Amino acid sequence: MEAAHAHGHAPGHDDHAHHPSGLMRWITTTNHKDIGTLYLIFSLTMFFVGGVLAMGIRAELFQPGLQFWRPEFFNELTTMHGLIMVFGAIMPAFVGFANWQIPMMIGAPDMAFARMNNWSFWLLPVAATLLVASFFVPGGAPAAGWTIYAPLSTQMGPGMDLGIFALHIMGASSIMGSINIITTILNMRAPGMTLMKMPLFVWTWLITAYLLIAVMPVLAGAITMVLTDRHFGTNFFNAAGGGDPVMFQHIFWFFGHPEVYIMILPAFGIVSQVIPAFARKPLFGYASMVYATSSIAILSFIVWAHHMFTTGMPAAGQLFFMYATMLIAVPTGVKVFNWIATMWKGSMTFETPMLYAVGFIFVFTMGGFTGLVCAITPIDIQIQDTYYIVAHFHYVLVAGSLFAIFAGTYFWLPKWTGHMYDETLGKWHFWLSMIFFNVTFFPMHFLGLAGMPRRIPDYALQFADFNMLASIGGFGFGLSQLIFLWVVIKCARGGAKAPAKPWEGADTLEWTLSSPPPYHSFETPPVVK
Amino acid sequence: MISKGIKCLVAGAALAPALASADRYNLQTPQTIIAHEIYDLHTLILAICGVIFVVVFGAMFYAIFRHRKAAGHKAEQFHENTTVEIVWTIIPFLILIGMAYPATKTVIAMKDTSSPDLTIKATGYQWKWGYDYLQEGISFYSSLATPRDQLEGKAPRGVNYLLEVDNPVVVPVGKKVRIITTANDVIHAWWVPAFGVKQDAIPGFVRDTWFKVDKPGTYRGQCAELCGKEHGYMPIVVEAVEPEKYALWVADQKKKMAAQADDPNKVWTLDELKARGEKVYAANCQACHQASGMGQPPVFPALSGSKLATGPKDGHIGIVLNGKPGTAMAAFKQLSDAEIAAVITYERNSWNNKTGDMVSPAEVKTLRK
Repeated sequence: MEAAHAHGHAPGHDDHAHHPSGLMRWITTTNHKDIGTLYLIFSLTMFFVGGVLAMGIRAELFQPGLQFWRPEFFNELTTMHGLIMVFGAIMPAFVGFANWQIPMMIGAPDMAFARMNNWSFWLLPVAATLLVASFFVPGGAPAAGWTIYAPLSTQMGPGMDLGIFALHIMGASSIMGSINIITTILNMRAPGMTLMKMPLFVWTWLITAYLLIAVMPVLAGAITMVLTDRHFGTNFFNAAGGGDPVMFQHIFWFFGHPEVYIMILPAFGIVSQVIPAFARKPLFGYASMVYATSSIAILSFIVWAHHMFTTGMPAAGQLFFMYATMLIAVPTGVKVFNWIATMWKGSMTFETPMLYAVGFIFVFTMGGFTGLVCAITPIDIQIQDTYYIVAHFHYVLVAGSLFAIFAGTYFWLPKWTGHMYDETLGKWHFWLSMIFFNVTFFPMHFLGLAGMPRRIPDYALQFADFNMLASIGGFGFGLSQLIFLWVVIKCARGGAKAPAKPWEGADTLEWTLSSPPPYHSFETPPVVK
Repeated sequence: MISKGIKCLVAGAALAPALASADRYNLQTPQTIIAHEIYDLHTLILAICGVIFVVVFGAMFYAIFRHRKAAGHKAEQFHENTTVEIVWTIIPFLILIGMAYPATKTVIAMKDTSSPDLTIKATGYQWKWGYDYLQEGISFYSSLATPRDQLEGKAPRGVNYLLEVDNPVVVPVGKKVRIITTANDVIHAWWVPAFGVKQDAIPGFVRDTWFKVDKPGTYRGQCAELCGKEHGYMPIVVEAVEPEKYALWVADQKKKMAAQADDPNKVWTLDELKARGEKVYAANCQACHQASGMGQPPVFPALSGSKLATGPKDGHIGIVLNGKPGTAMAAFKQLSDAEIAAVITYERNSWNNKTGDMVSPAEVKTLRK
């Protein structure tokens, strides 16, 4: 703590006049805002790469039969869409928000480990290059699904090895980022900012960072075992050699379930900042929000096998994982109730961030309901690996994580760039995204219930009309995101000057800084009452 | 009792007519007790969620319309109420207990595979199903019957496009059928939606599930676990028939199997082996290595002109019997000696391969481990 403060106070030591300009500024930067920007640009790029793959999937599924791709390339598309969106788009976007916002929200000058921060970002483009390059090696990209279940993943060509290395590197990046975030939050808060006075976004990231440190090494272990099974004659997942294919799933989902909360808890944090700001009313039930977030994080470690109800575990196992999973509905419900209570008797306005936050609550909660449906073991056994699951996790990942990322972007863009974004275009982006999202994913519930498996390039004729509808929605959703790209570029290049606090009801520390904020946020710590 | 309660709940819900309508918006019409229970459970949970949805979002949209700045509403500053927090923690918890109770009963019923009338082993292969009727001693493979032309849009698609097989599973109605699943290569999943049955088929392990069909009919499902490139092309078709018809079918199958079984002392000619081999090739090898023998490099190598298919016979027999670990080439030791001998003979004398070799079933037999 002493060291961190001493560094922050050192006069003129790394004053903003001295940092390199041009390309070298970005390569050598140790500044949390520059690194935050890099993370966000990276994430936006990967979002469009992953989106193009999704368009490829929806084009093939537009009608029955094989129109565009061979079945194995279709499997590459679904696998890579998942991997890129999870590890390339959603996770780095939240780390970008953490880099920009956490130091400003807790009154710190920068992140605790500035050089490691640079390193954890620059690992990502390397990993992404490896991952995307796998399309161009013999045999193509990984095609075993983003869950890379063994022993299918041990059958793949060298693309799988590239994918595994990419995941290793991204995992290392996440772990470093998490260590940095935890250290920053625990040691660099402004005097007077006790843990229970931290903005909720900071709280959710503190918990998320612990989750990341706990589970990324588990993923690394699982994929390393796949790697040694593939090349070094081990038999971790090969029954013929004494291994167990189902063990891969246990290890993977011990990572994978906390991972889904890694992708949603920071989203909860963003929404918990946006709703009070536009309701002009303090967040209802701050303490219960903190406890609910922690409960979700703890429960996330004891529910993993609900992804595996069809593998055939004993009744006692199925019941335990069903009950534990159902319990998650309680703290999640508490969060939704608290957000609505925050809106209740407020004085709400609906600028784009608020639209996205309210849209988040509405559509994410529908994903919560289908989550509850999936938690019931007998029902899950029917809808596991069908389009119902595809609908469910896109309701929580797109309408959940992604909509919250949009809400946060519109909320903080004026702070980051010093310009107001184009409100009209923002509203267009929201309404088009909202409508097309539902046109794409709502029919998938029906497809799944009626018996359409996921990850198939071609389907029986009774599924044709809903698939066509979903594809039309998908293309519309994809095109709508070009509006977002345009709004962001336009806002970065100019526009109306943003005041220090463009939102009337916003009250966290970042709004006390100018827009854009100075290169080093708080050289002298603010006093928190 | 419970199903009655569910019906009342559904009747109350505004969505009732839509929910009750055809298969396209809901789970398929249930055909077994378990599928019925699942159907009712799903309706119950959906109805409860529907009520919560209306209450919660009723409140939210009320606030959106009334408590907005444009409507002149001034913000109040309350932000804490422990009683409210406790209430909305406890009520959801109680609702969950109400959901868990019927779900638990169904889980236990689903797991009860004891005292079956009939046991069938379903083995997942890339990409077809193999069935063994353990008591009756019947074995056969079941592959997609939809012609390739329909996939590529060169022929009009039939009603059961992608959901039809050459040899369906036949079961008697009203009998408890236990399905044992396993797999030969990767994980597959045996799924018939109308039965409420889905069970992963795991290589090297055995799992089981059960069903008892009430009504005669043809029921269709698909492999539900991603198992490689032809994952979408390994359907499951179950024909449920009256027990008398089933007995006839069993007798018929036994006769067929006896007729098909190869006489171990038969002396094959090259042409006989090639003709037989072409059929074995079409059923087992063609999906990857293609009818042209050109494969789909680099994952599925060409056989035409390949070193293995034109070099020493033992290497060729070995790879067909045992597969090649770490690649997509699975072991085909489940085929008979005659079938393997035939397919290898066919491969060594087709396309650009003109070795003139003939592989006899005896040679295959000696190389089996």
